[in-house]
Amino acid sequence: MKPRDQYLKVEGVSKIFSPRLNLGEKIARTLTRSAAPLGLQAVSDVSLRLPRGQTLGLVGESGCGKSTLGRLLAGIHEPSSGEVRLDGLPVMEHGKKTTTAVQTVFQDPFASLDPRMKVGDAVAEGPVLHGLVAPARAQSYVEGWFRRVGLDPSLSHRYPHQFSGGQRQRIAIARALAMQPKLLICDEPVASLDVSIQAQVINLFLELRRELELTCVFISHDLSVVRHVSDRVAVMYLGRIVELGETAQVFDRPAHPYTAALLDSVPRIAAEGEALVEFKPIEGEIPSPLNPPPGCHFAPRCPRATARCTAEAPPLAPVAPAREAACHFAPDQLREAATRHVA
Amino acid sequence: MTPVLEVSGLRTEFRTGAGTVPAVDGVSFSLMPGEIIGLVGESGSGKSVTGFSLLGLIDAPGQIVGGSVRLNGTELVGMAPQELRKRRGKEIAMIFQDPIATLNPLLTIGQQMEMALAAHERLGRRAAAEKSAEALARVGIPSPRERLSSYPHEFSGGMRQRAAIAIALLHRPAVVVADEPTTALDVSIQAQIIAEMKALARDYGVAMIWISHDLAVVSALASRILVMYAGRIVEEGPSARVLRDPRHPYTRGLIDSLPSATRPGEMLAQIPGSMPSLLSLPPGCAFAPRCAFASSACAARPDATAAGDRAWRCVHPLGQDRTDQKERAAS
Repeated sequence: MKPRDQYLKVEGVSKIFSPRLNLGEKIARTLTRSAAPLGLQAVSDVSLRLPRGQTLGLVGESGCGKSTLGRLLAGIHEPSSGEVRLDGLPVMEHGKKTTTAVQTVFQDPFASLDPRMKVGDAVAEGPVLHGLVAPARAQSYVEGWFRRVGLDPSLSHRYPHQFSGGQRQRIAIARALAMQPKLLICDEPVASLDVSIQAQVINLFLELRRELELTCVFISHDLSVVRHVSDRVAVMYLGRIVELGETAQVFDRPAHPYTAALLDSVPRIAAEGEALVEFKPIEGEIPSPLNPPPGCHFAPRCPRATARCTAEAPPLAPVAPAREAACHFAPDQLREAATRHVA
Repeated sequence: MTPVLEVSGLRTEFRTGAGTVPAVDGVSFSLMPGEIIGLVGESGSGKSVTGFSLLGLIDAPGQIVGGSVRLNGTELVGMAPQELRKRRGKEIAMIFQDPIATLNPLLTIGQQMEMALAAHERLGRRAAAEKSAEALARVGIPSPRERLSSYPHEFSGGMRQRAAIAIALLHRPAVVVADEPTTALDVSIQAQIIAEMKALARDYGVAMIWISHDLAVVSALASRILVMYAGRIVEEGPSARVLRDPRHPYTRGLIDSLPSATRPGEMLAQIPGSMPSLLSLPPGCAFAPRCAFASSACAARPDATAAGDRAWRCVHPLGQDRTDQKERAAS
């Protein structure tokens, strides 16, 4: 693989959140010789590569670890093990973020903007602090970014509550981009927006991504949004990547039974000449990440599961050119998906 | 067959310091037994306030100022509160978006179901437990008898919503108003609940009004769809046909702005601007300022045009002749 294809390189990254124990709890644990692992494995041994200028979609349901992985890539969380490198350099060293080249846009712009800070100041703060722009030039710099995200520059003197949800998300995008990032992490950036506003923000994202030649990670539970904006997609389930590949291929011919089931449970509008779309829900609930099932985490809900699946966790392995899946039966799944796709 | 619910000219207003907000502005529709209709719109369209108004759940500064809601022939608008309470939960029930806010965290699921039963029925404890367990089993909660002694926090989000649905269905109401009941849930759980709700409507003849911002969810569930914009129903008709071939430019705009309507990576069609403030609506069609087809004719409030089982409020309806001819040719 050429270094260009490894612009973002994630190597064996895991994140375990463990509770802080008080003295009594520590003693109790020692006395009872409790061997049960403490803590929640939010992300488990994730490795991936992303070429420069591409967008990776991260999809999965609640608790799958997609947001935690996004925060690990952004240098907000420190990995429990493994490493994230951008353009050959580590994003974090000794528990500290070492670069401003990764920036994040969060789901809820109301929570991510300081209600008592004028939005223009919020956009200027980072670039001035990191010397990207001289304080004297901050005003015109901010106005430039306001224009780029489609906001009237004269609005920069207002406070967050004076804006609608869509406008606030534009401000959050301007604030992230004003740091001149190379890698932009978008964590559910359109989830709280109405359909018509969502389309406006997605278009803005597509436009800016092209103009600024950004590499992006786009996290969403909405499969249709991810399909629209991503070149590659990673499907997560309970902390693990279960499938990884080119977006169109993954959506058209899923290699993991979970991906297939997830796609089947998305309601969609029937196409011309098609009757009402009947979808097939996945059986059961997502297990607690505190106590994941043994072997393949999806096995208890999987129509293909056998004894082997609960005994042995399948590794993420190549199943076709540029495609990986973590399933013992990925080749069968892929073959069936192919026949179904043709039909 | 007579409709189980008939709503005509319903108007709900909120009196605020800044002026009067016409949140629901002349909404009319009817619902047949066992029918599921979808009420779609964006934030501020008045879809939830419509739902609340049907059950008389409007508090000051809000007020139902006009129109009629007839449930099995009985007028609900203007009914005495204690009379209305006798019907709420028994004949017409509601399911809300957030089950955490609906369920009492200090009581077990069983206690809450017992209370809901006792509100309309005299039952012994054992009979109540029996009936509650049955209701939980019906919405797909495993080992329902044991689950009666669980507290809401011991349930997952999907289970909580199932419990809320079970409570709403305890008395086999004729009408259930469901306000975005799956919006907060994961897609796999949403799919399960939609499948179960369809089965419940079919098996028990419960009629449902499903309020949602999600066109695809509504298309999977509802036989008929009502599209709301700025307090008014702008289009209604059979779901599949409305979504395939909308008459109102707003409906068209909503469908086209879905990512699935455009090839991946290409710019989405977008509706310019945003929903107008209900305090300062334009005098005519409320969508006109955002509409590509708007003309001087839109300055007057458009009346509803009906054709067969479809209706729309637009003086420049889309794609009419094409499908109508096709349909006529087919029939």
